[in-house]
Amino acid sequence: MHALVMIELDGDGVSASSRETLTLAHRLAGELGEAVEAVVFGDGGRAAESGGLAVSRLHQLDHPMLATYSPELWGESLHQLIARLQPSIVLGPGSDRGLEVMAQAAARADAPLVANCTTISLDRRANGDPPTWTLTRARQGGLLLEDAAVTAPTTFASTAAGAVEAASLGSLREVPVESFTPELDGVVHTQLVDETTQDSGVTLATARIVVSGGRGVGSAEGFEPLEELAKLTGGAVGCSRVATNNGWRPHSDQVGQTGTKISPDLYIACGISGATQHWVGCMNSKAILAINTDPEAPLLTRATYGVIGDVGEVVPAIVDEIHRRTLGNRQSA
Amino acid sequence: MNILVCVKRVRASGGTPQLSADGGGVDTRNLAFTVGPHEECAVEEAIRIAGDAGGRVTVLTAGPPEADEQLRYAISMGADHGVLVDTGDTELDPQATAAALADAIRTLEADGATFDLIMFGNESPDAGHYQVGIRVACALSRAMVGGVKGIDIDQADGRARFRREVPAGVEVYEAALPAAVGVKEGLNLPRYPSMRGRLRARKAEVRGIQPEVAPGTLRRIRLRHPEEAGTQTVVLGHGADAAPAVVDLLEELEVV
Amino acid sequence: MNTKTLPERADVVVVGAGIVGNSLVYHLADQGWDNIVLIDKGPLPDPGGSTGHASNFIFPVDHSKEITDLTLDSMHQYAKLGVLTTSGGIEIARTEEREEELRRRMASATSWGIDAELVSAARVAELVPFVNRDIIRLGFWTPSAAVVDPLQAGALMREQASDIGNVTISAQTEVLDIETERGEVTKVRTSAGDIETSTVVVACGVWSPRIARMAGATIPLTPLVHQMIDAGPIPELAATGVEIAYPIIRDMDTLMYERQNGPDLEIGSYAHRPILHDPDDIPSLAAAQLSPTQLPFTAPDFDPQMEDALQLFGSILDREDVGVRHAINGLLSFTPDGGPALGETPEVRGLWSAAAVWIKEGPGVGRMLAEWMTHGAAEIDLHAADIARFYPNQRTPAHIRARANEGFNKIYGIVHPREQWESARGARRSPFYAREQALGAEFFEVGGWERPHWYESNRHLLEEMAEAGHQSVQDRPHEWDQRWWSPIINAEHLAMRERVAMIDLSAFAHFDVAGPGVVDYMQKMIVAQADRPVGRLIYTPVLAPNGGFRSDLTVIRLDDDRYRVITGGSDGARDRAWFSRNLPSDGSATLTDLTSAVCTLGLWGPRARDVLSAVTDDDVSGESFKFATARHITIGTIPVLALRVSYVGDLGWELHAPFEQGLALWDIIAEAGAPYGIVPAGIGVYGTTGRMEKGYRLMGAELTSEYTPVDADLGPRKIKDADFIGKEGYLRAREHERIAVMCTLTVDDHRDSLGTRRFPQGGEPILTPHGERIVDRLGRPSYVTSAGSGPSVGAYLLMAYLPVEHAVEGNRLLVQYMGERYPVTVARAGRTPLFDPDDTRMKA
Repeated sequence: MHALVMIELDGDGVSASSRETLTLAHRLAGELGEAVEAVVFGDGGRAAESGGLAVSRLHQLDHPMLATYSPELWGESLHQLIARLQPSIVLGPGSDRGLEVMAQAAARADAPLVANCTTISLDRRANGDPPTWTLTRARQGGLLLEDAAVTAPTTFASTAAGAVEAASLGSLREVPVESFTPELDGVVHTQLVDETTQDSGVTLATARIVVSGGRGVGSAEGFEPLEELAKLTGGAVGCSRVATNNGWRPHSDQVGQTGTKISPDLYIACGISGATQHWVGCMNSKAILAINTDPEAPLLTRATYGVIGDVGEVVPAIVDEIHRRTLGNRQSA
Repeated sequence: MNILVCVKRVRASGGTPQLSADGGGVDTRNLAFTVGPHEECAVEEAIRIAGDAGGRVTVLTAGPPEADEQLRYAISMGADHGVLVDTGDTELDPQATAAALADAIRTLEADGATFDLIMFGNESPDAGHYQVGIRVACALSRAMVGGVKGIDIDQADGRARFRREVPAGVEVYEAALPAAVGVKEGLNLPRYPSMRGRLRARKAEVRGIQPEVAPGTLRRIRLRHPEEAGTQTVVLGHGADAAPAVVDLLEELEVV
Repeated sequence: MNTKTLPERADVVVVGAGIVGNSLVYHLADQGWDNIVLIDKGPLPDPGGSTGHASNFIFPVDHSKEITDLTLDSMHQYAKLGVLTTSGGIEIARTEEREEELRRRMASATSWGIDAELVSAARVAELVPFVNRDIIRLGFWTPSAAVVDPLQAGALMREQASDIGNVTISAQTEVLDIETERGEVTKVRTSAGDIETSTVVVACGVWSPRIARMAGATIPLTPLVHQMIDAGPIPELAATGVEIAYPIIRDMDTLMYERQNGPDLEIGSYAHRPILHDPDDIPSLAAAQLSPTQLPFTAPDFDPQMEDALQLFGSILDREDVGVRHAINGLLSFTPDGGPALGETPEVRGLWSAAAVWIKEGPGVGRMLAEWMTHGAAEIDLHAADIARFYPNQRTPAHIRARANEGFNKIYGIVHPREQWESARGARRSPFYAREQALGAEFFEVGGWERPHWYESNRHLLEEMAEAGHQSVQDRPHEWDQRWWSPIINAEHLAMRERVAMIDLSAFAHFDVAGPGVVDYMQKMIVAQADRPVGRLIYTPVLAPNGGFRSDLTVIRLDDDRYRVITGGSDGARDRAWFSRNLPSDGSATLTDLTSAVCTLGLWGPRARDVLSAVTDDDVSGESFKFATARHITIGTIPVLALRVSYVGDLGWELHAPFEQGLALWDIIAEAGAPYGIVPAGIGVYGTTGRMEKGYRLMGAELTSEYTPVDADLGPRKIKDADFIGKEGYLRAREHERIAVMCTLTVDDHRDSLGTRRFPQGGEPILTPHGERIVDRLGRPSYVTSAGSGPSVGAYLLMAYLPVEHAVEGNRLLVQYMGERYPVTVARAGRTPLFDPDDTRMKA
């Protein structure tokens, strides 16, 4: 009876969303008085070194076929490890890849997967019977919460992005890394054949500042001052569905339920009225600044800060003001 | 090149979902239903691929009898056949949904249908389980990649390439056909059905399948709205005069 | 985020910032109102009501003068605001029946002075090159038809209102309650604070019933679906680069319209099944996916219309790359008779309704209502839109829903002026109903009452009268002219003139007003001298504060401190509201509605006295029971209030009896009348043939607020000293040089170009011998206000106001009917009747 956490690595080691999942797992383990173990694809050592995992064992999945990502092979490997460890709960991050691998593994195990959980607790545990968990999960992009129960020998659950704040997990105690080699012959799978990385270090999903434009921007050219503001603040440019539908921006810039969901420190929404579809994508922002001519626009009424005015006037003025101050600083320096 | 697209009847976007009095579900009065944007792209892509390569597009749904509307919508866009797996009014858990779909696909295949590609939306906009397509693909022993925004079919080679965007850039996957894929909005710009298409769809025959539905493992207790902190918007100013206050804010965040 | 904080007190609170509320606020400010508050629960500029999704086009011609006048005024206002784009519009006929209807529309266009033209299919195809001309038989082309932007109009009107006066506009402010004290509005409670006020206007469209209910009033309307789709993009339309470059098409026979909307063609339908909603079930702003009044499109309802649209516009619609880009079930408001619901609610003083208004009438309604609220009357006669017209039975959900279900498909339908409703019938029945039914009565409805219009049992009279040499009982050869009509009416009329007839008048409204202050009260209410001896019967106009006509009715002095007011079935509810509203606040006069307690049987004809004296011991001789008096008599066991009065020009009485004794009264009169050849006669005689031969004016037809009693020759010669409502305006009208005169005209030749005898039905324009439209110095057009047979004068009669220069007996003019013109002669100018001009018969 223990918890297994799937850990994803990125450039900085253990990914932010994996840390959130670990935090949840430890909270749960504390409740249960059980150990937390973790599993990582690839370099377990690097994961362990990045520290703060506070798990009793770290399983490293080893197989030449796992060197590049493949949803089926990774899922199958996880499934085989779980079949051996028999954890009562497997937790994974709510990232695209995390969800995909968890779903592959759960499908192979014919076990339930509860996606986008915000809370998990053990409901009851009778002798010999499989445990029952009560969970709260986000539906409708987070507009609704669903309280649910699940009973199974092994339950998979992924955490909703931003649902848990990653906490420091105590000592940098040495974590034993155990290698596991799955049997992957004959597994039907897709193969990652090409990978291109963007040059820009700032992505929509991770930027601290996102400058986003909607109907009020009026045209593709209207985004120029927004781009400039994003550049000056080290942020990324986003847009609403209206902007992509009008062909002003590529779809990859779209913030919303079917676009990218973001949680920047400041979301600057320019000329975006704030349809639900869009709100779902930006509602986890720590602060929202809405610029709109209509003081009654839904996003303006929900925003932390508001500027009432035309985007084409306000944004260039902000850009000028930044230039003025930075120039002033230089002169005084 | 025959393609099967699995779609789900969901509440159309817009507005805040209202809950039924007992919290057991969403109040559906006065609601428009649709297939999600991901699935609309899937239908569009299937029609394009089948149009280019030759072949038929079948649309499959598991849901209430009313989901007939979504099948007909897909047919009005240009799909050839509709199949409705009547799973009743109560939402199934993802395992049960996947089982019902997989059974239905086996039934269709047993009747002689072949599907080179099975398409899903990456996730449904309402339940958001992120797994039904994968479970179906596993049950049918098909390769499956999700989050896809570009598809290239090499019919001669019997292979497909799938492109998807990830935070770091773009990934391209390859799989042998028959395969399965989960797609995302942005894959294409779906067409609006023509008037003639809508009339055609009205008359089209939709096949019904009565499944044996196994009880799911995920049991809903209730739905509820998250607590929304009531925000009092601080107005920083009007027009260009607001710029200094905005830059003060940016300075506080130490980004300028 | 409210634009302003609400004041604690306001002169008026307007609820609803749609086209009507915005217009009203502007016009109230313009009329000098101060401290105006406009609130809406939705955001601005589009709070989510019907204004936000309407198709926004305007065809000015309607058969109703009132609606046309409101539309023309609205178009003028839209144009002044710069939000009107003239596109022109064509109503097309695919059927022969519709061709006739378009010709009838042409007559209305001429009557109301709107430029229009009947055009061929080729001309339609020239104006709108995409139509399938093969299915078009005829077009009705209105060059001034236009599209407007009501949201922009609303924004401008709010701005202008704020420029003129002290106006607080508060969006996202919901009404929580409307408080009343002693039946008067005192306070509006809103989500943004409470406002003390004595005047609240409900301009809430489909939500109006809900808001009015908070104050205890009903606004009888139901939300109803109108389906619309947008199909596009159509390169030919996109190439125009404008919102609308081609005339709007109304495909009348399929109950649809098609209009360009930028690159799309917008297609709307009134042909689908009626889809009603409950005002309480309209989704909230938060829950609504598009807007609360744009509900999910129900495709199966629209499919047949899609076929119709493809048939007419196949050249641009029947393409795979032209898609249905937008489709909604839009909500609009529908009252039981399809008209607007305007004015102060009869239940709550200070609570006004401004509901069930289309985009095409919105600004005009705002202006008229502001005038009404300020001066007690409006320039355009609004009696047919007055919310007080609905009786309690017509305010019930069952009635509203039934009539909305039936009325929806009539929006583009061909509706005969006499057409009767089929649903919700039999709501109010007189005690004679069973007898009437047995006699084969053809029932027409008024205010829910079932009234015999004629009796099939009298069919044998046709032969009898024909044998006696009467020409006018012959049938009307054209189906349209004879629809909802029977020659039996004429035969009943002749039998009454020769013998005696009994007529069910139980639909009359009766109310007693009594109390120490009642004489002063009645003096204030009516034009005629009210301080007359007990037993005296007074026929009098009732005026609006501006001196325009409000109603005409009969008053009887029953006692020193008691009067009975008797008024027609169609205006009873309005009159009751008016008399109640003006009761003295000190309680010195009170009103009791006796309508449901009293039934009325009319007994008229040369043998009426013989019949009556056979059943009563009371003296009913001419010497004792004089004309224009009333007294209590006894008939068997029945106490009867007998009124010696006549609307049909013959000797006789109205017999008013306790409702439950009505059946006994009927049987006694029928039995006693048998030896004298008594016949039951219907309202066809009472309301049309008998009345018109006597030149009596009918409320709503000849009598409207646009004419004074002077124009109608109805006022008393001597003006009483006592003040009365409208006196000033009335005196002014008397001093004025005479402008128009109510005239009776005869049709000289009924034959059309094919030789068929045709009979105008009302509403047609009167033209000079050269075919020019006739308009008086105040711009009021001459048109047929009533039309009907005059069996005893051997002519078909038309009534019309004519300018003095045309109102000359013997003057020959023309009437335009169904695309043709017929010669007419002015037979009477002024009040003198054609039949029995000295009234010797009824005073006998």
